[in-house]
Order: sequence, then C-alpha cells, then structure tokens
Amino acid sequence: MTLTKRIIPCLDVDRGRVVKGIRFVNLRDAGDPVEQALEYERQGADEIVFLDITASSDNREMVIDMVRKTAYELSIPFTVGGGIRSYADVRRVLMAGADKVSLNTAAVQNPGLITEGAEIFGSQCIVVAIDAKRAGEGKWEVYTHGGRRATGMDAVEWAVKAEEMGAGEILLTSMDYDGSKDGYDLELTRRVSESVNIPVIASGGAGSPAHIYDALTAGKADAALAASIFHYAEYTVGEVKAYLAERGVPVRILRSPSGAGAREGGHGSC
Amino acid sequence: MRVAVLDMGLGNLLSISRGIERASQGMFAGSSPNPGSGATGAEVIVAKCDTDADRADAVVIPGVGAFRDGARALMDRFGRTVERIRTGEIPALGVCLGMQLLFTRSFEGGEHPGLGIIRGDVVRLPPTVKVPHMGWNSVMLLRDCALTKGIQDGEYFYFVHSYYCRPDEGSATVAETEYGVQIPAIVAKGKVFGTQFHPEKSGEAGRMVIRNFLEAAGH
Repeated sequence: MTLTKRIIPCLDVDRGRVVKGIRFVNLRDAGDPVEQALEYERQGADEIVFLDITASSDNREMVIDMVRKTAYELSIPFTVGGGIRSYADVRRVLMAGADKVSLNTAAVQNPGLITEGAEIFGSQCIVVAIDAKRAGEGKWEVYTHGGRRATGMDAVEWAVKAEEMGAGEILLTSMDYDGSKDGYDLELTRRVSESVNIPVIASGGAGSPAHIYDALTAGKADAALAASIFHYAEYTVGEVKAYLAERGVPVRILRSPSGAGAREGGHGSC
Repeated sequence: MRVAVLDMGLGNLLSISRGIERASQGMFAGSSPNPGSGATGAEVIVAKCDTDADRADAVVIPGVGAFRDGARALMDRFGRTVERIRTGEIPALGVCLGMQLLFTRSFEGGEHPGLGIIRGDVVRLPPTVKVPHMGWNSVMLLRDCALTKGIQDGEYFYFVHSYYCRPDEGSATVAETEYGVQIPAIVAKGKVFGTQFHPEKSGEAGRMVIRNFLEAAGH
C-alpha cells in the first residue's frame, strides 16, 4: 500500500471550449470541457486540470459556468487555473465546485493571496503554478503572464517560498521543454521536488509514457501533467498507467477501464 | 430516501451533494420523494439547522474547513441532530473532516473537543511524509461492514487531509490506509460511519461506498 503517483490530463479552455485537437470518437461534443473531462475520468485519470487561456476579461462568468457543470458531473478532483487574480476569483471558483485553484502570475505579484486562500479554504485548495525557464547551469527563472514576462526570481527559491506562504502543491512547467514532446526537464523537476515538502506536479514536454516514467522516478515528481499525448489520443491514460505499473511505479489501475476503446488511429497520429 | 448534508458554513457543498445524487441514481425507483419528477435517486437537502435535518432519513457531515469551526457549527446549529446521531436514531456518514468530528478531540490548531461518538484523538500526520496526504491511496479492509460491500481489498480512494484519527476503540476501524503511519480510512460504530477519503471524488469505488451507506441507512 502506498500513495500512488497521479496522472493528470490538462485541458486548455478558450471561451468555454477545449482548444487543442481531440480525436475521441465516442464523445458527442469533443470541444465540451465537461465531456472531455468525463472521458478522462473513464480512462482512469486521477485528476483534471483546466487551464483557462481566454484573453478577454469578460470571461469570468463562462469559467464559473464551466466549473459548475464540471463539478456537477465529474467524480474525480479538478483544478482550475488561468486568469485567477484576486481572492474574490479564488472564492468564486472554489465555491462553484472546483477542488483546487492554480495561481501563477497573481501569486508572484501578491504572495499574500496564497496565504489568504490557504487560511480560508485550506492549503490543499491552493496550487502555485510556476513557469520556469533555464537561466544557466542549475538555474531556472520564473516567468509570468503566460511566459511572456521574466521576473528575475529563481524557480527553486520561489517554490520554497510558495510552500511557506501556504501552497498545498506546486505545478511546475518547464518553458524550455513545453510543447517539445522531448520529455520533462528532469533536473528542474528533481531540484524543486527535493526542495519542498509538498507535492510537485511535473509539466511540459511529455511525448511518451517513458517521459512520464522519468518524471515520476528520476524527476521525483508526485504527479505528471500532460496535454497533447492524451488529447490527440496517442495514448489513453490507462495505457500510460499500465506502462508505469509494469515498471513498478505505484499507480491507480481501474478494475475495468471503460475508456480503453476510446482511441482513434494509431500512435503519433497528430 | 432523503439525505441532509449538514451546512456548517465552511465552504462548497455542491460536490458532496451532487456525489450523493449521482451515486444514488436508480436506487429508489418507485419510491421517489418527488413523485412525478422522474427522479430515482436520493433527494439531497442542504440543512441549515435541526429543523431541516429533521426531514431527512440520513445525514452526511461534510468534509471541508477546520476542525474547531466545524465542531462549533455542529454544536451550535445541529445540537438535536447530533443527539439523534449519538443515540442511533438517524444514520450518519462523516466525510474527511466530518469523520474526524466524530472523535473525542482534535489537535488541529490547538486542542478542541469533537462529538465523542467514537473515542480517540485526531492528530497531525508525521513529519516524515509530505503533508497534506493528497491523492489516491489503496485501502486494506480489516473487517466486514455495510459500507464496504462489493469493495475489493486494496481499492483506491482519494484522500486530502493533514490530520488523522487515532481511535481508542480499535473495533471502530473498518479499513485503513498507509501513509507514514496506519490511518483509519473507514470507521463504523452502529449506524455512524466515517470515511477519511472523499467518496464523492473517488470515482466508481467512491460511488459504491455512497450507495452502500444509503442502502444501510434505508434499513
């Protein structure tokens, strides 16, 4: 018996619609975030992360509506990130039924928001997302505003501070590897994992089950987040977990995964 | 079947309420509390006071917030309901913090009395593990219980907590999980049940536990 490593599909949502390509044949509406999340639940996902990438500011109600609908249907935990700037935003998203919120730019600009959220809703509800970019040997710099603005802050130091402020979890994205499908930044992941005493979710770079295996073993991450390998149905969550289980990584295996036949086309079909 | 989720004013009750509704779909065909509505699941009401809870066949003590606030709210708002739980008049399920509140006292942020329905303390997880204990952990079944009907030994459930229960009465523990220490995952005493995990967030296995509770409560 041991706490399992979590596999977390991430859905990018723009104006209430999932934006990355999706090839699941059994969904009535593949762009519907709720349908998509339910499909991942059926496949054996341990959690879902929704990343709201909508640029417009009149988006709040759309996000709250999505959170409410998701909470209504989903039987596994889910996190909502993107555009959460204030305590009022944190409160609205959590009260609409999200299990956790993920704070990125707002946490850097106002670390007190981490503490305020944690004190009222509990640390487990507050995820601090860190976008990190290599800045020399063994050094990573924190970026905000969707990776557009350098902060001068060291990523490992920021993770430690976020924990002190009350974060319950770190969602760590390597900007250098994100989208590369070459694997996670294992050195960054390991450095942060070893520096904090809260769970670390590795993100950015997953292209195969072997990459996820590396993040959870060499990278010492507690969970792995991936987007495209699941969205484009290259692998189901169940297939990734079977791969990990064969190699001794503790994962939750569904007794009868009902999403096993959801994949269309072969590997690398994107 | 009508289930009251006790509103202790500590946060969102949508997840647990909907979890009960989802899990109970199809359980009560022909005995819907809302004839004509087509509903075949349990009717869930969010109870703000004893009078609301009086209308229910079973109660759920939800799992959000801090121990001290939860205990205070239970005693202030639901004094009579707590007595009915204590005497076995109404079946109850405590979830996460709701399970911890069943115990004698907690050391979360000081020392605070709980309901004392199950004798024992609630203490912090050891410093040897990452806190909170967050994620899916497997559960070992120690004895038969209505709540675990159809659940296999080693099944996974979703946990999120920083404190855990240490019962003085070992017979209360139905199932446990391991995270640095042995942690009671399910407790039961008469018609009072508790789960340290969140059944409403534990997929199919969690649905089964909720259904088992409703079935046990219906008898």
